[in-house]
Amino acid sequence: MITKRIIPCLNVRNEKVLPAGTGEGAFHAQSPIELALKYVEQGADELLFYDLSTSAEDRKAFMKMMQMVTRSVFIPLTVGGGITKLSDFERILACGGDKVSVKAGAVKYPHLVEEAAKKYGDQCVVLTTDVKMVKGAYHVFVHGQDTGLDAIEFIRRSVGNGAGEVVVNSLNTCGGKGGFDLPLMRKICEEVTVPVIASGGAGTQEDFARLFQSIPKIDAALASTAFHFEDVKIDELKNYLHAKGLNVRHKL
Amino acid sequence: MIAVIDYGVGNLFSIQSSFEKIGAEVVITSDKKIIENADRIMLPGVGAYADAAAKLRASGLGEIVKTEMKKGKPIMGICLGMQLLFEKSYEYGEHEGLGILKGEVIPMKGYIDKGLKVPHIGWNGLRIERENRLLKGCKEGEYVYFVHSYFATNCTDSRIASVEYGKGLTAAVEKDNVFGCQFHPEKSGEVGLRILQNFCNIR
Repeated sequence: MITKRIIPCLNVRNEKVLPAGTGEGAFHAQSPIELALKYVEQGADELLFYDLSTSAEDRKAFMKMMQMVTRSVFIPLTVGGGITKLSDFERILACGGDKVSVKAGAVKYPHLVEEAAKKYGDQCVVLTTDVKMVKGAYHVFVHGQDTGLDAIEFIRRSVGNGAGEVVVNSLNTCGGKGGFDLPLMRKICEEVTVPVIASGGAGTQEDFARLFQSIPKIDAALASTAFHFEDVKIDELKNYLHAKGLNVRHKL
Repeated sequence: MIAVIDYGVGNLFSIQSSFEKIGAEVVITSDKKIIENADRIMLPGVGAYADAAAKLRASGLGEIVKTEMKKGKPIMGICLGMQLLFEKSYEYGEHEGLGILKGEVIPMKGYIDKGLKVPHIGWNGLRIERENRLLKGCKEGEYVYFVHSYFATNCTDSRIASVEYGKGLTAAVEKDNVFGCQFHPEKSGEVGLRILQNFCNIR
């Protein structure tokens, strides 16, 4: 049967990997390509790259770096950051990205997901949404700001418009290393029929096991800092999950 | 030299990179002469069947691939490229494929269990059903990466491997000099590169 995916996320600016969350703080010592190669070697199932470039020049360098990544790693690559129009999809696909993650762009340009899904296929469009509980309701956040949009409704609508996968990043748990936001992930899994990728809060191997065991419908788990600073090593995580009877891709 | 057929669907940079990784000479082309001169042909493809089949027909590339196949040249289709090798597909209507392999392509929806998500996205294990050349060196259960909503059926004479997703779905085919993978070998890590190497080794 299909395996649960483990996806490291690399937030990149100036060809360096930034910590999760705000994108502020110390750069990671290893280059994005070095980290990517390490993760692939350890058994990562997919990589998510976020382009946090602040200038056109940086963006060019990012694209060049993605081409290098495509030449050196042979697992699925999802690329996001600054995706606001169809030509951004073209740009990402041309440097070897398999899927494109739309985040703020999906909020700002309500037709983007639909148009992209029609042109490139549902499988190419990954909706990534920052979600936080506000007064008992889940809201969509963009750049740390509350949009007031109901997150469940927004995600459901985006999937209806053709988003082929959903990365749900919980700001309730993000950066806390206290485990994934299980109530939110459970809710989203009840609402949509496309793959759901849980993000935010991973700190230990047990967090991953708890996620997959308590929500059988969840497809994948994403983390950045926990992997970058080796709180969790992907190869050890895979062995751990396999030993727990969870279906993961591991060395045969 | 491997000619990767460029008929305007999807991006071919990953496929090119994976062949380069294993040291194969590869060219992305829609040029008839180059395709005729190549040792082997790769038919890629992502997107909609009807659109891809129409492009292959309109460009004449479909006919060229068929002619080269009949000469005995090794041909390999990936994902939609593999589906196009069959007689027809029922993806939004009924569409004619290249008819190189016997069989047809049908939707997973309505065939597999309702509880399973479509598309089938992710790493899943191969069940090797018979001896073959394409998957040489692959172990039973070896993981490869799938992204698809349709699959080939009624193709017992070419099916060499299946994948378990509610039911056993066609994962790879081989018939004489014609090969195909429903999964993406160029995205399936070491296992995928080995499969591409096997294709390059076919004489």
